[in-house]
Amino acid sequence: MMKFKGFLKILFLLVLILAGILSAGQQRFPKPEFETGYEQPTPTTPEPRSFGMEIADTIILAAVLSLVTYFIIRKRSRRGVLWTSIFTLVYFGFYRNGCICSIGAIQNVALSIFDPGYKISVTVLIFFLLPLVFALFFGRVFCAAACPLGAIQDLLVIKPVSLPVWVRKTLGIFPYIYLAMAILFAATGSDFIICRYDPFVGIFRMDAPFIMVILGICFLVLGMFFARPYCRVFCPYGVLLSWMSRFSKYHLTITPSECIQCKLCSASCPFDAIEAPVVEKYRTDQVLNRNRNRFIIFALALPLWIVAGGYIGSRAHIFLSKANPDVYLAELMIHHPELKNDPDNIDIQSFLESGDSFEQLVEKASLVRQKFKTGGWYFGGFIGLVIGVMLMNQFILRKQKDYVPNRADCFSCGRCMDYCPVEKQDRNTDNQDDEFVNGNPPGTAFKNSM
Amino acid sequence: MKKDRSINRREFINRGARVTLGVSLAGVTALSVGDSLSKKYVWQIDPEKCTQCGRCATECVRTPSAVKCVHAYDVCGYCDLCGGYFKPGPNELETGAENQLCPTGAIQRRFIEEPYFEYIIDEELCIGCAKCVKGCASFGNGSLQLQIRHNLCLNCNECSIARVCPSDAIIRVPIDEPYMIKGMFLENGEDAG
Ligand code: SF4
Ligand code: SF4
Ligand code: SF4
Ligand code: SF4
Repeated sequence: MMKFKGFLKILFLLVLILAGILSAGQQRFPKPEFETGYEQPTPTTPEPRSFGMEIADTIILAAVLSLVTYFIIRKRSRRGVLWTSIFTLVYFGFYRNGCICSIGAIQNVALSIFDPGYKISVTVLIFFLLPLVFALFFGRVFCAAACPLGAIQDLLVIKPVSLPVWVRKTLGIFPYIYLAMAILFAATGSDFIICRYDPFVGIFRMDAPFIMVILGICFLVLGMFFARPYCRVFCPYGVLLSWMSRFSKYHLTITPSECIQCKLCSASCPFDAIEAPVVEKYRTDQVLNRNRNRFIIFALALPLWIVAGGYIGSRAHIFLSKANPDVYLAELMIHHPELKNDPDNIDIQSFLESGDSFEQLVEKASLVRQKFKTGGWYFGGFIGLVIGVMLMNQFILRKQKDYVPNRADCFSCGRCMDYCPVEKQDRNTDNQDDEFVNGNPPGTAFKNSM
Repeated sequence: MKKDRSINRREFINRGARVTLGVSLAGVTALSVGDSLSKKYVWQIDPEKCTQCGRCATECVRTPSAVKCVHAYDVCGYCDLCGGYFKPGPNELETGAENQLCPTGAIQRRFIEEPYFEYIIDEELCIGCAKCVKGCASFGNGSLQLQIRHNLCLNCNECSIARVCPSDAIIRVPIDEPYMIKGMFLENGEDAG
């Protein structure tokens, strides 16, 4: 019996070699011929969520965006926006587990541009595009109630404090850095940092590494006082949205008709996004002249910012490229050759088993590092540009007579609309929305504007 | 009059910027689409690449992991001395827990006929630790293999295991062919990967 089995084994191996190494070549024992009528079971293959359902998600996103637009632009109803955001939180957040989202889609787009081997899928592309297109026409209606991350933060805004302009402007640089980093890491095929460090996805899934849960809770607690911290200090998609929204065709307006300068709305925005009128008496020739001169100086300094940023970025490439697994492994093996004999180092052992030569790895790694070097220039240059332009911006005194939302920062949440007395006059009796209004005494803070 | 002009100018700039942004958005889209769009990808483990490192059990965003052991019966030898079922050098070939390799006892052994045994994975118990897979690969036919189970997988934008898999075994596969089960997937042709 045993002999026969051995013979079969050899025969089988021969057949296998002849057949050309089709499979793993591990079939040491042939498939038995059963005599008792045993039927071999088939492994089950539970299907993934169907493509049709994914398409349905994009349709739901489009519907939610349209609904928010209707509530903001037409109906002017904060309550409508609120209920939509609850739906978003439940559906895109807790039911769909916050994945995939438009924010993360940035990385898929970046990867598909830079890696010819990766083809972006239709649904991801739609998730990326739709909110931006809506923002181009109607402002950041996505942030108002279609983004699950925004929704969870928005619902927990309890006692927002107002921050000085310079703090807000400085914090406003971080989303640009995050965006640039996310693109750099995605484009080099190293990491999807937006997804990895999404603070709320763990809450949506009710399952995450402990540290991420803590981070999520910290964000939520912070958000009770500093409203929407993720949106304002981190969200890379917010950068894109804000640029679309800046030039949007129809944006939310605080008043339904004429602003009567009553200041009632000025403290209603938990995000400090309402800009007060520029007081005419400040626009003296002296101030304008001084501003113009400074503007010119800063404009001349812009190339310096870009070059300096690019230089720093390219210098940082060695550090940044460690995020890439190949670079990491190559470095590890160069600096710690003794680890080759460490059976517990899974990465190195697997690499040794794989049969690739060390030279191949180093070559791959240096290719990636080269990409990081080029990318580092763009990355740093971009940040330099952003800082330079922000500095220039503070010397632009816009002519502005009314209280208006800053289109870049406004999340179109609609809170301010309820404060405008002009609206109340128009609608006369309709006071039912008051319960959702924030309890700030109106007109307490005079907001600087740039 | 002067005021009108400045408003007009602002509106003109806005419109120009809007068109520019729209065009750049279209440009980015065209660049990222390239010559073709894909339907949708899901993540799957290529059994030929997996080196059974054990990270699948710990690195998935889900606990327990969405990765489970799947038995590709087609390539199984139905061995009595199963390298995936028994610890190396078992005392006796019987189902006592001390003999079993699987830390959760997720593999059931069933006698069929002399000398063949069938091994069935209880996916409720399996944590995807790959111990059995390693055993089967070293001493048997390699019919035990890991697969991402799509009823459990959330299909993360970037699979957290893929990022740390030392063998780059976790790859994107088209949604129409979401599994790479030995025997089955080889029949479907090699382009399945
Ligand atoms: S800023 Fe970002 S996180 Fe916040 S609501 Fe908008 S897209 Fe969502
Ligand atoms: S991480 Fe990769 S090598 Fe390790 S068990 Fe999972 S698929 Fe296999
Ligand atoms: S040994 Fe690990 S992978 Fe195999 S069945 Fe048990 S838990 Fe699952
Ligand atoms: S895609 Fe996410 S849920 Fe699925 S196996 Fe990977 S980490 Fe787990």
